Amino acid sequence: MSNPQQLRYSKEHEWLSTAEDGVSTVGITAHAAEALGDVVYVQLPAAGDTVTAGETCGELESTKSVSDLYSPVSGEVTELNQDVVDDPALVNSAPFEGGWLFKVKLSEEPDDLLSADEYTAFASGN
Amino acid sequence: MTDPSAGSATAHKTALDATHRELGATMTDFAGWEMPLRYGSEREEHLAVRSHAGLFDLSHMGEITITGPEAGELLDYALVGNLTKLAVGRARYTMICDENGGILDDLIVYRLADQEYMVVANASNSQTVLDALRARQDAPEGKRSGAEVRDDRDKYALLAVQGPEAVGILRGLTGFDLDGLRYYAGERDIVAGKSALIARTGYTGEDGFELFVAPEDAVAVWDAVREAGAGAGLVPCGLSCRDTLRLEAGMPLYGNELSTALTPFDAGLGRTVKFAKTTNDGRFVGRERLEAAAERAETDPPRKLVGLVATGRRVPRAGYPVVAAGDGTVIGEVTSGAPSPTLGKPIAMAYVDTGYAAAGTEGVAVDIRGSHEPYEVVALPFYKRS
Repeated sequence: MSNPQQLRYSKEHEWLSTAEDGVSTVGITAHAAEALGDVVYVQLPAAGDTVTAGETCGELESTKSVSDLYSPVSGEVTELNQDVVDDPALVNSAPFEGGWLFKVKLSEEPDDLLSADEYTAFASGN
Repeated sequence: MTDPSAGSATAHKTALDATHRELGATMTDFAGWEMPLRYGSEREEHLAVRSHAGLFDLSHMGEITITGPEAGELLDYALVGNLTKLAVGRARYTMICDENGGILDDLIVYRLADQEYMVVANASNSQTVLDALRARQDAPEGKRSGAEVRDDRDKYALLAVQGPEAVGILRGLTGFDLDGLRYYAGERDIVAGKSALIARTGYTGEDGFELFVAPEDAVAVWDAVREAGAGAGLVPCGLSCRDTLRLEAGMPLYGNELSTALTPFDAGLGRTVKFAKTTNDGRFVGRERLEAAAERAETDPPRKLVGLVATGRRVPRAGYPVVAAGDGTVIGEVTSGAPSPTLGKPIAMAYVDTGYAAAGTEGVAVDIRGSHEPYEVVALPFYKRS
């Protein structure tokens, strides 16, 4: 699955959508979902929580492992994806769409995220 | 997210390596072998084995052949089981222990002929087992020159066909009487035109077969099984679902439930230790310490291996403490844990203090990264085929 051009990416394999009214959507990439295997449980920050760029804000459990979820940006969580809480397999089947994790109102503009092409190269180890 | 993908340039590759890559498998380094972890969804693979059939490459397992007039006597001395009493064509689950009674590995031993046995060891322990068998040729009564220990690890590829449809799928590929082959039996015959040791064994909790074939025949047999199984729902399966299948079936995994720190009695597998051996004057490696362990298991029982079933959704992992829900006292430790595809909730095996080991014991929790999640104690296995 290719990485959508309109998104930006972290080296911890999260994606961030372009802000609308200062609010961006966060998810994990297809590469990350593939590496994890079947996701069976997600723990997400709650609406109103403050998240900090590069710090953990939740966790993802798969068959074999549990992984921390890092926020790619700083801000206040405005909404979490209840669909993915109820059906974590959405992270595997639609990581860039129905499997989004939470929305965040940015407190500052992130400056260290990767473009789709940069992330594709990073994720393939080049 | 941290990146869990990894690879190794020095790992052994099985004869089916190119086949796995063509199928798009996610590969993993397992005990020095590059093995398929999964081909697609491990949950789907798991459920396919429960409902239809799965095909596994298990060529990392370590085969050691023991031949000669003293082959059985050597195994009686080196292992905890009574292998001279094993009938030709049958197999037995047994263990090899050190002098302290600690488990070096758990094994399946096949008696292929009167003077020929095959020991199948875990990949991670195969060198240890091989070295121990050779060292134990020097028995107290002198060197057993009538037994030869042969390293056959590179002589075999191992394919497993597991699931309720396994027998029907293989029936079309062999003239051998599969239905007459009992559980824990194995015989040499022809499968898909190739020589194979056909064994009715497995590590999934389902009916099924393990096929030991020459590495050069592995692709042909694999392809034939896939073709024969296509209409019956057979899918290729990786090690990830093998682990959840064996966990549901309550089967121990060396390194998780079994280790040199534990005797077979500590692991609830004291039944594998046969004190009534007639060979070697009843001597075998570890005997004295195992007798003490057997007595201790009666009078002062150690922690007991139990099943835990979650009421919540967070998954227990190996090493997590089991605690008393009330005051958080540590009462045990998780050895294996995973989301169970069959039960639809997280399960675990754990060693717990005997006071908490009875099925239905209330007030047991697992410390999952600081939060005490309630768990129900159940008898193993979690799953038994009907």
